[in-house]
Amino acid sequence: MTTQTMTIGRLARLALLSLGALLVLAPYIFMLSTAGKTQSEIFASSLSLIPHTWNYLANFTKAFTRVSMPMLLWNGVVVCGMILVLQVLVAVPCAYAMAKMKFRAARVMMALVMLGLLVPIHATALPLYVAFDRLSILNSYLALVAPFSISVFAIFLFLQFFRAMPDDLIHAARLDGMSELGIVARVIVPNAWPAVTAFAIFSVVAHWNDLFWPLIVVTNQAYATPPLGLLFFRAAEAGDDYGALMAATLIITLPLVLVFLLAQKSFVEGITMTGLKG
Amino acid sequence: MSMFSLRDITKSFSGNAILKGVSLEAGDGEFIAMVGPSGCGKSTLLRIVAGLDHADAGAIRINGAEVSHLPAADRNIAMVFQSYALYPHLTAGQNIAVPLAMRNLSGSQRLPLIGRFMPGQRRICADIQRQVQAMAASLKIDHLLDRKPGQMSGGQRQRVALARAMVRNPSVFLMDEPLSNLDANLRVHARGEIVDLHRRAGVPTLYVTHDQSEALSMADRVAVMIGGNLLQLASPQAIYDDPDHIEVARFVGQPRINLLASQRDADGTVSFGNLRLTSASDTIGDPRVTLGVRPEFVRLRAEGEGALATRIERLEFLGSEVIVFTKLSAIGETVLAKISPAEARGLAAGQPIGLDMDPSHVMLFAEDGRRLAAAPLKAVLREMVHG
Repeated sequence: MTTQTMTIGRLARLALLSLGALLVLAPYIFMLSTAGKTQSEIFASSLSLIPHTWNYLANFTKAFTRVSMPMLLWNGVVVCGMILVLQVLVAVPCAYAMAKMKFRAARVMMALVMLGLLVPIHATALPLYVAFDRLSILNSYLALVAPFSISVFAIFLFLQFFRAMPDDLIHAARLDGMSELGIVARVIVPNAWPAVTAFAIFSVVAHWNDLFWPLIVVTNQAYATPPLGLLFFRAAEAGDDYGALMAATLIITLPLVLVFLLAQKSFVEGITMTGLKG
Repeated sequence: MSMFSLRDITKSFSGNAILKGVSLEAGDGEFIAMVGPSGCGKSTLLRIVAGLDHADAGAIRINGAEVSHLPAADRNIAMVFQSYALYPHLTAGQNIAVPLAMRNLSGSQRLPLIGRFMPGQRRICADIQRQVQAMAASLKIDHLLDRKPGQMSGGQRQRVALARAMVRNPSVFLMDEPLSNLDANLRVHARGEIVDLHRRAGVPTLYVTHDQSEALSMADRVAVMIGGNLLQLASPQAIYDDPDHIEVARFVGQPRINLLASQRDADGTVSFGNLRLTSASDTIGDPRVTLGVRPEFVRLRAEGEGALATRIERLEFLGSEVIVFTKLSAIGETVLAKISPAEARGLAAGQPIGLDMDPSHVMLFAEDGRRLAAAPLKAVLREMVHG
């Protein structure tokens, strides 16, 4: 592939792909540009990508000082981490049982998983809110994490992946004297890293960026996740300091971009191996 | 001393009978090859013996003890899988160590990180390492111990799988087509190795294969399984020369046996061309019988002189021998003859030729497939020749 000459077709393909990438990246590029502009330039009638006066330092200082940025990021890490760990802990044994063990309820469970995939969080948000309120666990990590600890999507994804694992491997493990839990821990999980990585990206991206649920259960800034923090930030600034807001947004999206770039290879692997096009 | 036996094992999947009462017994250190066409239930039987599947009925005994209700891990059975089933994330050495670690280390000693601080763990681990090394040395795979299965060739993986199975001194050894993923040259070589290994270990072995030449060349006794029934369990020689059932005769032997439909007279005599056979007269029921004769006992002759009139369809040259496909002019049946290249000189497709069968090697099968006792009718034969 690397030695391929630049043919017309290849050039056209490249141009098309670049155009698509540019279209998708445009908002991000615009954000990058706005984060460096002064207030007056943002509202100027002329549009330019490169700021006239570089105001990055001032905007970033504001972003870091007006709200507790480290606390927001820390909350994001704690919530996303807890959600991910719980989801994997629950979904892996569940998917293993459904993929490799024969029992009567397997079909019913499969139907339930499918059903679960169809129900959005918005449908269950209100009952959950009421329940959490009664339990008086609003404004806590528990309220942020609990509704997502069981992910039917994770079960579904792992199920597809585990089904492709050879039965002989599990038979060999049983003959070697492993218990079913031992098989999950020693054979399944070490060989399921691509699927786990792929799921981790889906999960972390979804919950890092989630505004809906934190907005419902958190009113205390101490438990605010990054997107919710941005909301507080905007409210605090009366919605006019877009330069600083963009700088804050940039800070919040940066960890995800970095993680994705690092895990890109195994992410693509996991998706192709599960036969699921993201 | 180690032996095992199966008694009346039956199994059906959603109404389909896969195993219809299979019984067999393996003596101390005996190598039994189970052979049959795909779908005959041999792999199912193996999985039942291993404890990976449960029989509907029947008993499995290892060294006299009933194990049918024990889980796979407690039967002390080792199995080599067709796909080898090595753990892809572990090195060869770690793969071989797994069964030992699972058996010799307690649950707390196996825990990651904490495990190494448990009392006695270090001594047991060193012991396991020593056994792995010894096993690897005896299979000549010591240089592969640090490689992962993905970095090994098929033959190397197969040896690692053998090592993993043998390292814990099982009381029964099961093999599920362990050679079918190797290329032809390696397969013949590996046959010899497995037989050697089996002789050294002296563990009774049940070896499943669909390759009859593997079964005949490796086993002490061959079990032919067809359609969920174990039709015959006998030495390779007996299976080939003296099949109990028409299906066994049909399945074993390359090129396949010639089977010719015929009739039996009221006095039990069967005639085919100039061939006269007599069968035990007390078994007369259905007059329809089938004659079976292996291609090496079919001789080519000049036309006439009482030989069966045939025409050569084609010749297959196999190096040390030539297979002649002939068509019987009278009934249009194809008969195969195995002859030496010297005899085949001058033969060409389309040529008419006479056939003759060695009467002492012709087998007789009843309509239901059972073998019938039969003997050549010498008197008649002599009469024919002289008359």
